[in-house]
Amino acid sequence: MDLITNNILSLILFSPLVGGLIVLLVPGNKDLTRRLALFLSLIPLVFALNAWLNFGAAPVVDGFRFQEQVAWYPAINSSFHLGVDGISLSMVLLTTLLTPLAILASFSVEERIKPYMALFLALETGMLGVFLSLDLLLFFVFWEVGLVPMYFLIDQWGSKTGERELWKGMKVPARRYASFKFMIYTMAGSLGLLLAIQMLGVVSGTFDLITIFQSWPSLTGSLFGLDIGTVKAIAFWAFTIAFAIKVPVWPFHTWLPDAHTEAPTAGSMILAGVLLKLGAYGFLRLVLPLYPAEAQQFAPVLAVMATAAIIFGAFSAFGQRDFKRLVAYSSVNHMGFVVLGIAAAAYAAGTQNATIALNGAVLQMFNHGISAAAMFFLVGVIYERTHTRDLEEWGGLFPLVPVFGGLLIFSSMSSLGLPGLNGFVSEFLVVRGAWPIFTVLTALSMLGLLFTGAYILKGIAKTLHGPLNEKWKGHLSDITRREVLVLAPLLVLMLWLGLWPAWLLSVINQAVVTLFG
Amino acid sequence: MQIPYILSAIVFLPILSGAVMMFLPPKNHRLIYRFALAVGLVAFLLSLIVYFSFDAAGPRYQFLEKYDWLPALGISYHVGVDGISAPLVLLTGVVIFTGVIISQRIDDRPREFFAFLFILASGVFGVFVALDLFGLFFFYEIAVFPMYLLIALWGWKQTREYAAMKLTLYLFIGSVIALVGALAMYFASGLHTFDMIALEGANFPAAFQNFWFPFVFFGFAVLGGIFPFHNWSPDGHVAAPTAVSMFHAGVLMKLGAFAALRVGIMLMPIGAQTHLPWIIVLTLVNVVYGAFIAMVQTDFKYMIGFSSVSHMGLVAMGFATLNYNGFLGAGVQMVSHGVMTALFFAVVGMIYDQAHTREIPKLGGLVKVMPFAAVAFIIGGLVSMGMPGFSGFIAEFPIFMGLWAGGYPWIAIVAAISIAVTAAYILRAIGRVFFGEIPAELAGHMHDIRPSEKLALGVLCVVMVTIGIYPNIILPMVQAGVNSVLALLGGA
Repeated sequence: MDLITNNILSLILFSPLVGGLIVLLVPGNKDLTRRLALFLSLIPLVFALNAWLNFGAAPVVDGFRFQEQVAWYPAINSSFHLGVDGISLSMVLLTTLLTPLAILASFSVEERIKPYMALFLALETGMLGVFLSLDLLLFFVFWEVGLVPMYFLIDQWGSKTGERELWKGMKVPARRYASFKFMIYTMAGSLGLLLAIQMLGVVSGTFDLITIFQSWPSLTGSLFGLDIGTVKAIAFWAFTIAFAIKVPVWPFHTWLPDAHTEAPTAGSMILAGVLLKLGAYGFLRLVLPLYPAEAQQFAPVLAVMATAAIIFGAFSAFGQRDFKRLVAYSSVNHMGFVVLGIAAAAYAAGTQNATIALNGAVLQMFNHGISAAAMFFLVGVIYERTHTRDLEEWGGLFPLVPVFGGLLIFSSMSSLGLPGLNGFVSEFLVVRGAWPIFTVLTALSMLGLLFTGAYILKGIAKTLHGPLNEKWKGHLSDITRREVLVLAPLLVLMLWLGLWPAWLLSVINQAVVTLFG
Repeated sequence: MQIPYILSAIVFLPILSGAVMMFLPPKNHRLIYRFALAVGLVAFLLSLIVYFSFDAAGPRYQFLEKYDWLPALGISYHVGVDGISAPLVLLTGVVIFTGVIISQRIDDRPREFFAFLFILASGVFGVFVALDLFGLFFFYEIAVFPMYLLIALWGWKQTREYAAMKLTLYLFIGSVIALVGALAMYFASGLHTFDMIALEGANFPAAFQNFWFPFVFFGFAVLGGIFPFHNWSPDGHVAAPTAVSMFHAGVLMKLGAFAALRVGIMLMPIGAQTHLPWIIVLTLVNVVYGAFIAMVQTDFKYMIGFSSVSHMGLVAMGFATLNYNGFLGAGVQMVSHGVMTALFFAVVGMIYDQAHTREIPKLGGLVKVMPFAAVAFIIGGLVSMGMPGFSGFIAEFPIFMGLWAGGYPWIAIVAAISIAVTAAYILRAIGRVFFGEIPAELAGHMHDIRPSEKLALGVLCVVMVTIGIYPNIILPMVQAGVNSVLALLGGA
C-alpha cells in the first residue's frame, strides 16, 4: 500500500502511457482493442480517486502534497519533481475522468483503432504531466509533448471532408490545415516560453519550481545589461502569450475553431475539456507566483483581452452555421471568464475579492471541462447520424430523437449558466470577485452573457425546434445506450456541482489561500 | 575494467577487413554482404564496449595506447578517448552497422563499395581517438579520400562527378589550411612533439593564438558545414549513395566539429576566446538560414541536407559560447544529430530505391506500405524539431542556455526562430510523403521494407528515445569531457 501511496503521482502519470503501449502491442480485433483501451484508461482514474480521497491526510511540504523527486537531467539541475495542490488535483481529476469518456465516445471509430487509442492514452500522460510537474523544464517537456498526439489525432482521424486554400490556389484537406495550424501556432507561441524558461534556469541555477518561486520574484539588480524590471516584464509577456494562445484569449484564438471543427469528436472533447485548461493552469501555477508585480501591472490589459474574448466569442458563436464551430467559439467565451478571474486576482492580490475570483476561475476551468466535453460529444452524436454539422440542414428533430434532445437541452443549460447547474456557480463567483476590481469590464462581460444565452438557444432551436426537415424522417435513430453512458457522469457532475459545489471548492480554496492568500 | 588494445582494434578492424574483402569472390554478393555485416556488427559491439566501460569519474583520457612512430619528428601513435569522443565512437559504430544493412541492395561492385566504406570508417574512428596531431591529420585524410570515390562511382548519376569534386576540393583546402596552422603550432611550441596532450600545455603566446586560431578552426569547421563554407555539404549529401550520406551527415560532419574543438579550441584557448564571439554570428546564420533554405526545398534529400547545415550550426554555436552549458549541449547534439540524420537518409534511401524519385510533391501515402519506416521517420522528425522526450531537446536546450549564460540573449532569440521553421518543414514533409493518397504512378510499385532494415531503423530510434527519456545515459560522460575543456579555457 505504501508503494502506491508514495508513488501515486508517478502511477497516475505513467499508467496511461504504459496502457497506450499495451494497446499497441496486444493483438486482437477492434472490439477487444476498444474494451482494452477503456479498461486501461480507467486505471489512472482509480489512482486519481485514490489520491483525491487521501489528499487531506497527506503531509504538505512547501504547499504541495504527494511530492516525488528523482534525478532526471542533473547536468543542468533539472529533476523529475512532481507534486499536487488543490488546483492541480482538481485538474488531474478532470483529465482522468474525461479520458475514459472520450475513449468510450470513440467506440464508433473504425479506422486504425490501435494507434488511435494509443495516441489518446499518450495524450493523457502529456496533459497530466503539465498538471503534476514541479520543475520548470519538466513542465515544458509535457507542455510540448502533448501536442504530438493531438496533432496526429486531428491530422489522421479528423473530419474527412472539406478543403482549405493555402496560397496560390494550392488546396489541402481541411484537417491537415487545421492540425498544421494548431501545431505551428502553439509551437511558435511556446518559443517565448522556451526562451524565458532557459533564461530563468540560467539565472536561478536550477529549474526546481519551489526554489525559483522563492528566488526569482525577489531578484534585483540588472540582467544582460537591462534593468531587472524590464527583463521580468519581457519574460512575463513571453509566458503570458504562450498561455494566452493555449487558453485561448482574444486575439490569439484563431487556431481554435479550426482545430475543434476538424478534430474527431473525442479529440474535441479532450481539446476543449482539458487542453485549454493547460493554458489557464499555466497562468495560475507559473505566471502569478513568478511575476506577481508584473501580473498586477499588466492585469488590466489581460482583463480587457478576457472581456474581448467573452464578448467576441459570444458574437462569433452566434454567427456560426456550423454547430461544431458554434460550440468551439463558446469555449472562447467561457474561458474568457477564467482569465477574467485570474486577471482580477492578479490586480488585487491578497484581498478577499481576489480569492473569490480565483476560486471561481478554477471552478470554471473544471465546469467548462465537463460541459464543453458534453456539448462536443452531443454534436458528434448528431453528426455521426446526419453527416452534416450545418444548423440549417436540421430543424425540428426533437420528435425524432427525444432522448438526445433532452440531453442536449440539459447540457446547453449548463453551458448557458442556468442556476442550479454548475456553470452558474463558477461564473457567479468570478463576476462577484471581479466586480469590485474591474467594475466596467465585469459589467461588459455580463452583457456578453446575454449573447451566451442567445447562441445557446440558437443552437437548440435550429436543431430541435422549428419545422421538421423531412429528409431525416426515418433516417435518424435516437442516442444509444453507450452514448448515454458517456454523458451520464458528465450530467451527474453538472447537477451535483450546481447544487453542492462545496466538495470541490473546499479543496480548491485551500490551494488558493495557501498560494495567494 | 578496460580491455587493452580495444581502440586499436576499433580503428584497424574496418580497414583490415576491407583488405581481406578484396580476396572474396567478386560475384558472390551474398557472401560479401554477410562478411561486411559481420564486420559492422563487431565494430558496433566494440564501440558499445568502449562506451559502457568508459568511467566518467575516472581519468580524463582512457584506453590510452602510445607507441613511438617517428621519434625524430616527435610523432607517435597515441590514441585514447575522453568524455566527448567516447559517445562519438559509439555513434560511428551505430552508423557503420546500420549503414551496412542499408547497403544490402548495392549491386554494382559491392566488394569495392564495402571496402571503401570500411576505409572511411577506419579514418573516422582514427580521428575521434587520435591524441597525436599528426595522427589526427593522417586519419582525417583517410576519411576524406574514400568519400570521393564512393560518391563519384556509386553516387546519383546526375550530379555525382560534380558533387564529388566539389566536396573533395572543399575539404582538402580546409584541411591544408588547418595543417598550416598545426605546423605553426608544432614549431612555435618548441616541444618538438605532435602529441596533443603535451601541446595543450604549450601556452602559446596570445598574439600567436589570435593569428592562427582562425586557420585551424575554419579549416576543420568547413567539414562541420559552417557558414559560408557549407555549400559543398548538401550537394554531397544528395549525390552520395544512401550509406555514404548516412556516414557523411551522421559522422563526417562531426569530424569537422570535433577536430575544430580538439585542435582549435583546446590547443589555442586564448585565440578561441578572441574569435568565437564573432564566429557565433556565422553559426547563427547556419542555424536560421539553413532552416529557411530547407523549408523551400522540394527534393527530399536536399531538405535533409540543409537541415543538417542548420543543426550542425547549433553544434558550432554551442562551442562558440565557450561555457559549460554550450559545450554540454554541443557534445550531446553531435550524437543526437548524427543518429537522427543517419535515420533520415536511410529512410529517404529506402523510398528512393522503390519510387525512383525524391521530389516531395510526387510522393504520398507511404505510411500504408511502409508503416515502420514512416514511424521511424516521424520519430526522427520529432528529434529534429527539438521535441521534448527525444534526444534533440536534451541537446538543444543546454545550447540555448549556454547562449543566455554567455551573454548572447539576442542570438538565442533569433536562433529560436529556427525551431518553428524546422517544425514547419518537417511536418510538411511528413504530411506530404507519408500521409494522404499514394500517387497513381507509384501505386503497386511500393512495398514494405525488409526486416533487416527495420532492425537498422529500430537501433537508431532506440538511441534517440533513450537519450531523450533518460539523458543520464550520456550526460556524466559528456560532462567529464566538458569540464576538462573548460579547465583548458581557464575555468571560463
